[in-house]
Amino acid sequence: MLSYYLHLGLRSLRRNPVLTGLMVMAIGFGVAASMTTYSIFRAVSGNPIPDKSAQLFTPQVDGWGPQQNIKGEPPAALSYTDAMALQRAHKAKRLTLLYGMSMSVVPESSNSLPFAANGYAVTGDFFSMFEVPFLYGDGWDSGADDGRAATVVLSEEFNRKIFGGANSVGREVTLDGHGYRVVGVTRHWDPKPRFFALFNGSPFQQPTDFYLPFNRAVDMQVSPNGSSCRGHLNFSGWDDWMHSICVWVTPWVELDNATDVTSYQKFLEAYAADQQHAGRFAWAPNVRLRDVMQWLDFQQVVPPESRISLLLALGFFVICLVNTIGLLLAKFLRRASEIGVRRALGASRRQVYVQYLMEAGTVGLAGGVLGLLLTAAGVSGVGLLFTPEIARLAHLDLSLIALTLLVAVFATMAAAFYPAWRAAQVQPAWQLKSN
Amino acid sequence: MQIKPIIAALRHHKAGTLLIALQIALTLAIVCNALFIIHLRMAHMAQTSGVDEANLLVIQNGWVGKPAAGENASMLAADLATLRKVPGVVDVYATNAWPLAEGGTVYGIGHTPDKLALVTSTAVYFVDDHALATLGLKLVAGRNFHADEISATGPDHVAPAEVIVTRALAERMFPDGSALGKMVYVSAKPSVIVGVVERMQAPWVDNFAAKWADYATLVPYQLMDSAGANYMVRAVPGQRDDVVRAAPKALLAANPMRVINRDNGVQTYADIRADAYKSDRGMAILMSVISVMLLAITAAGIVGLTSFWVGQRRKQIGVRRALGATRGDILRYFLTENLLIGIGGVLIGIVMAVTVNLWVVTQFEMARLSLGYVIVGTAVLLVLGQCAVLAPALRASKVPPVEATRSV
Repeated sequence: MLSYYLHLGLRSLRRNPVLTGLMVMAIGFGVAASMTTYSIFRAVSGNPIPDKSAQLFTPQVDGWGPQQNIKGEPPAALSYTDAMALQRAHKAKRLTLLYGMSMSVVPESSNSLPFAANGYAVTGDFFSMFEVPFLYGDGWDSGADDGRAATVVLSEEFNRKIFGGANSVGREVTLDGHGYRVVGVTRHWDPKPRFFALFNGSPFQQPTDFYLPFNRAVDMQVSPNGSSCRGHLNFSGWDDWMHSICVWVTPWVELDNATDVTSYQKFLEAYAADQQHAGRFAWAPNVRLRDVMQWLDFQQVVPPESRISLLLALGFFVICLVNTIGLLLAKFLRRASEIGVRRALGASRRQVYVQYLMEAGTVGLAGGVLGLLLTAAGVSGVGLLFTPEIARLAHLDLSLIALTLLVAVFATMAAAFYPAWRAAQVQPAWQLKSN
Repeated sequence: MQIKPIIAALRHHKAGTLLIALQIALTLAIVCNALFIIHLRMAHMAQTSGVDEANLLVIQNGWVGKPAAGENASMLAADLATLRKVPGVVDVYATNAWPLAEGGTVYGIGHTPDKLALVTSTAVYFVDDHALATLGLKLVAGRNFHADEISATGPDHVAPAEVIVTRALAERMFPDGSALGKMVYVSAKPSVIVGVVERMQAPWVDNFAAKWADYATLVPYQLMDSAGANYMVRAVPGQRDDVVRAAPKALLAANPMRVINRDNGVQTYADIRADAYKSDRGMAILMSVISVMLLAITAAGIVGLTSFWVGQRRKQIGVRRALGATRGDILRYFLTENLLIGIGGVLIGIVMAVTVNLWVVTQFEMARLSLGYVIVGTAVLLVLGQCAVLAPALRASKVPPVEATRSV
């Protein structure tokens, strides 16, 4: 019977083509606007490392004090001094220190021009903590960290660019005029948002090119992409700057369970208290230990444009549905006499109700198909609203296609609850009499 | 026109009436806020940078390897000389940042060296004596830097003896207008204000910099950054595009050990402006498109439901016509009916618009909705309703009186 109703519904699409066309367009536009903005929102608000996001934490220690920090929060990165202290303490299962940087690369063939590449200075635990997949070779161990080795890990994309994708382990790359030996090449790895390096970096930037040992990068005086300072900046040189209260190092620790988290939090407080006693901090301990999702939330990674446009599109969709309720009511009640005949011939209210719900479902399906086409157009047009880094995150995949159709059909059927109920309430006797 | 019978008739169409009113209310709530956001974004985009955008370009140049401190200054001087020789170039200087760059240097500025007692934040631009001529900045008081006041410095060593400030900053620091010759502190040492320029925007257009967007301090330094150097180049009017092509070629010919990115190494101010205000423009476009679609869908909904009502009431209309009502009476009946529903809708809509705005304000750091938008939105929706109802109402007015006698 349901398939018969479906058939009836498809046939009735051709009846009152203007009214039906209006409904299909309203649903199509509504669902397309919602799905296009949702595709962006889904990408920017996602969990970049779902299986470990609750075990990875970024410690913050306030080295600026209540008068100079921002709204009472410790700075979003550590000073070199504090970062080194956390590393030496060995209180976490794993710990990595990192900062973003840009370096020049001189290609091996002498006739091509030098170009700039982006990388991170990291410590050895980085690769295992963040589950970086390797194509060739591997990361480095703490021995290479301590030995301040001139090694480098390349990304798959960068390896393709300079070595044509060959296994480059053991070969040498020239960065800022100095040679580094390749020890590993990662597979394509580009978590979005780039949760681990939000300090002075866009969460949605292009995949990174290379990773250098932290200690080596510091030795080579490779400056970070950005730093934030307080007080008078009057440094006599790199060492003076490095040991100042300027913050530029992002620390991450891996903690397996709640007990470890509590004890690490205690350790941070104790560390800050020690600094207070030593006279380095003139304020009470002010520390934070946020996990990945808390950190993304705190750093407001989701651009406000994404939230506003999603909310606006949802509001738009609601109006389209209110519109659809009205039009369905008109479409159904126009056929009151027809319903009267069916009821008089023995159809129950329930059967009439189901029939008209199914008919609404077909309208929803038609709207969904239109919505799908418009979503495809919308997804390719989001470059208008968002920066290219974010716009390229939007894409029409199977799950989005399925969601578009489902939302269209179910929303329309929900909108049809009342009109279909009104249709089922038609009094057969009254209708027959008036005809 | 009697309103009572219309209201009585509406009671028989409660669902349809409510749906149209609700749709008008929701549309008003969204369109008012959308119009307001469009206005805010357009106002934001209309800010001027204060520099001669039409003829300026920026070259971002990275060094290959780290030049030694002494070497750095001579490389910079050589580049500036090379650029000056490019045909069509008016003037050049090297700097750390420029208006709309979305990256740069910020310092606190105050009346004492105490960093905790600063008056405001200010953008800091490293410039030499060619900067005013290059940017086309207008001095409103004082003088330009002299060539012998310019010294070389690293990015984190700033203690200028002289500064030039923007008029907005001068007035913020010295509201009585006496800024010229006064001391201010951006470092531990005092700096004397030797000049005041009319306007120069800070590098950022985002919310966080909104309070000090017009406060800029020019410091007489040539920036020695081992990573690279940025050159501001002013071209002869009409020759900017020639300079865009010729300048990087000339630099690479003089010294190939440099990186000038192909995609953003050389930017005109048109590119820089488009990048900086991309999200503003995008939001304004999105809001406009959604508003237009909303109004269209609301109008379509009114047409659809009113047509249905007209179809349902053909017999009644016929009876009224037979009893002496003119076509005009019928037309006015439907127009008035729509106006009543519309007024009900906008009343709810105004409350919703204000509620939505109050919530948006808490969420997105935005200003309060001004009354003008509500009034404009209300007028637009009421007129839209009358236009939408016109076609079905005209059809209703054409129902002949004989309809009353049919199919009884």
